[in-house]
Amino acid sequence: MSKIWTRMGDGNAVELTPDELRADIIAATEDAADKGHIPPLEENEIDHLYDIFAAPYRIIGVEPGHEVPLTKDETACTLVSSQLSSGSHLSISREDAVEVFERVFAFDTMELGWIDYSFKPAKPMVSLDQVSIERIMATTVFPVLYGAMPNMGLYYTPDGPFTNPADLLGMMKVDEAREEEMKAAELCMEDMIFVCERMNEIGADGIDFDTTASAGDADFWSVLKTVEHLKAHTDLGIEMGMSGEFILGMHGEVEYNGKKLAGMFPHQQLKCAEEAGVDIFGPVVNTKTNKSAAWNVARAVTFVKEVCKQATIPIHANVGMGVGGTPMFETPPIDALSRASVAMVEIAKVDGL
Amino acid sequence: MSVMHSIASGMGGIRTAGDLVARMQLNHRMRLPEAKKYVADKLGVSVFDLSDSTVMRNLREELNIGVIEAIPGLAKGYTAKARIADLLDIKINGVERQKAKLPA
Repeated sequence: MSKIWTRMGDGNAVELTPDELRADIIAATEDAADKGHIPPLEENEIDHLYDIFAAPYRIIGVEPGHEVPLTKDETACTLVSSQLSSGSHLSISREDAVEVFERVFAFDTMELGWIDYSFKPAKPMVSLDQVSIERIMATTVFPVLYGAMPNMGLYYTPDGPFTNPADLLGMMKVDEAREEEMKAAELCMEDMIFVCERMNEIGADGIDFDTTASAGDADFWSVLKTVEHLKAHTDLGIEMGMSGEFILGMHGEVEYNGKKLAGMFPHQQLKCAEEAGVDIFGPVVNTKTNKSAAWNVARAVTFVKEVCKQATIPIHANVGMGVGGTPMFETPPIDALSRASVAMVEIAKVDGL
Repeated sequence: MSVMHSIASGMGGIRTAGDLVARMQLNHRMRLPEAKKYVADKLGVSVFDLSDSTVMRNLREELNIGVIEAIPGLAKGYTAKARIADLLDIKINGVERQKAKLPA
């Protein structure tokens, strides 16, 4: 029986028999269904995913007519930053980089963010970023967003003013740890609102909250409350990209509109995002490096399909290094990446990537 | 990595109508089928045509809403976006801010 050449979740090449490939897909969709309490993929979807991975081509694409708009986090930095943003450090400005993405790479939208891509370090540089966005918007046609990460961990010592909850928890000071987390969440929210309102002043099309909830449930809460404020007081479109498939309960008891945030899977995160006023939601499903690319894509597609089924707003799945079925490697192999891209569109039925 | 997505699944930005569909998603919460239909109806083309660079390249020049090449005299930047706002019957934040700065 011939073997199918594919990848592992760390990017290394692997050969699977047809039976092994199908077994990986079935095991992965059942794993997602079990963890998320959601339906697994249907038989015809498993067949479709099998065909995507069995296709003997280096790269593949969606059927003509099925194309989707793309949004992207921190992409200008991909050209101008260093390895800290997987960047190639071209001697061009961030504004040049955005124009390259519009008129060379034919992207549908683009965002600009500060080189140190979190709201806290971006705040003191906001007037510079305002002018950058103004310049870009004067020379481009596509929608331009401002992007940054909430990155609430920066508000804890030694980087920020609040005691690190991890230190307090080690001393069994649970209430104190929770109190510090909510103080950090409030200050993070203030900074995000400050920066975003400046972007609204100069007419940016939108904001991308990238890697939301990386510091857990309080981080997620701070972004949801920020979005509420921005939708009530600005004209900004809002994209919320998540950081993981599961909201970490670093606090454990934070609620939003009566729902406990800790432990939420993507389809549950979506409902909070919708209630807050988010315009585009970006679910994340994490890659397991010791499983095949087909296993990872099947699992990611199962979660994202349920998100798309329940959504009333556009869904742009995160399909980058280490998420959305993409191998966890700095230069993800394009064979595996194109298959994840196609599977998200053709099977999960995303509105964009 | 992002270029791979653009090739495999992307609409094609201002080569096609990807920017227009994205605007209806970002600023009007339209899901993909609704956004594509809205834009196609406004442009007077089929949904399939929206991702066809042969159709859209000529149509974008005819409508003067920005094309991917640098062509002297064609609308660029805010001029193109103001024409897009009229065509799609939407408000674009940056265009509104520029209008507010012009003399009455």
